[in-house]
Amino acid sequence: MADVKVAEKKSTIGFGKAERKLLTDPLDSNNPITVQVLGICSALAVTTGLKNATVMAIAVVAVCAFANLITSLLRNSIPKAVRMIVQLVIIAALVTIVELTLKAVAFDSYKQLSVFIGLIITNCIVMGRLEAFAMANTPYRSLLDGIGNGIGYGIILLAVAFIREFFGKGEIYGFKIIGVGSDYALDTASIGWLSWYSNNGLMVLFPSAMFVIGVLIWIHRGWINKDLVDVS
Amino acid sequence: MELVNIFIKSAFIENLALAYFLGMCSYLAVSKTVKTAFGLGLAVIFVLGITMPINWLIYNVLLSDTGIFGTDLTFLRLILFIAVIASMVQLVEMVIEKFSPSLYNSLGIFLPLITVNCAILGGSLFMVSKEYNFSESVAFGLGGGFGWFLAIIAIAAIREKIKYSAVPPALRGLGMAFLLTGLMGLAFMSLMGIDPAAF
Repeated sequence: MADVKVAEKKSTIGFGKAERKLLTDPLDSNNPITVQVLGICSALAVTTGLKNATVMAIAVVAVCAFANLITSLLRNSIPKAVRMIVQLVIIAALVTIVELTLKAVAFDSYKQLSVFIGLIITNCIVMGRLEAFAMANTPYRSLLDGIGNGIGYGIILLAVAFIREFFGKGEIYGFKIIGVGSDYALDTASIGWLSWYSNNGLMVLFPSAMFVIGVLIWIHRGWINKDLVDVS
Repeated sequence: MELVNIFIKSAFIENLALAYFLGMCSYLAVSKTVKTAFGLGLAVIFVLGITMPINWLIYNVLLSDTGIFGTDLTFLRLILFIAVIASMVQLVEMVIEKFSPSLYNSLGIFLPLITVNCAILGGSLFMVSKEYNFSESVAFGLGGGFGWFLAIIAIAAIREKIKYSAVPPALRGLGMAFLLTGLMGLAFMSLMGIDPAAF
């Protein structure tokens, strides 16, 4: 126990370079979705619209942050053999709270997200961060790591949802922007040179999320962070 | 006959991996070679087949308002389902280790992974929302597991082949796996709308 205490003394509650790195790393070089390949299922299912994606992103940030915090607080008293079950119970309890909260304040989103709220439990981001970070770090740092990873996940979620909603339905946050019909702000049927355009139905379907994330990974690795290219 | 329909429906038409995109994390991470994909696929069939009926019993006997407590406790379903899955995986691991060390060696590392495979928990949640009865939920579990098994074998086989193709460097590995899964999902969408009762 003695060595643990020494390690904890070093990291007091402050916000220096190391703490900032905990928050910013998951946004780029250690992104949960495009690099760690965690939490794909929900990223695919809830990204047909920005509204659902926002709700999901907030839910995941909250669950990830608090699960990290709680696990980190308990980390010295969790027996190694049953740690998976303990972690899952912590996550499941938090997700149940989120689920009930959503049911109360945002019932429409709750209905549309259906099983995918429950599936935050098995969202490997949460589990992965608990296992890889919270079990070995102080509560404050774990909290930051949880928030960082939640946001890194949320950013990809929102980017995919934006592309899918805009090109699939011609809407942003439910506001009709472009498409055929007089209720769109930009009615392509009434503008001569744009009359060829109609919304791409493929974008609303599940597989398109795969394509969008695949292309995002391509852009990320090809132009933004070339160190990540798979050399094997 | 009804059960066969559910099996076919959950294996092909409503494939957990390619129609609902569940269990994607392990699907993408463990599909580099056919051999490991085979092991994980088998383990998923096994665990889905076991946990589905247990979770059905828990939901209908303990939690629902027609169960033994007589009150609606369904808000506890997430915690109980995941606890069942985690402990079943642990149990299955110990049993296999004891009785079939060779199977344990081939499945070994994949069994713990299954706990966080959302296809398992997703299957249980779908079973609740589709209101299956006991035998239907068994058929749904086995069918869903079989469909997931087929999907991961298929992508692993493609990924083994595509290693020899000239894929753009930045797309190699993960990026290509995403695009491939998207294409496979499109292919599986053509099965949607088929009525298995027609056969």
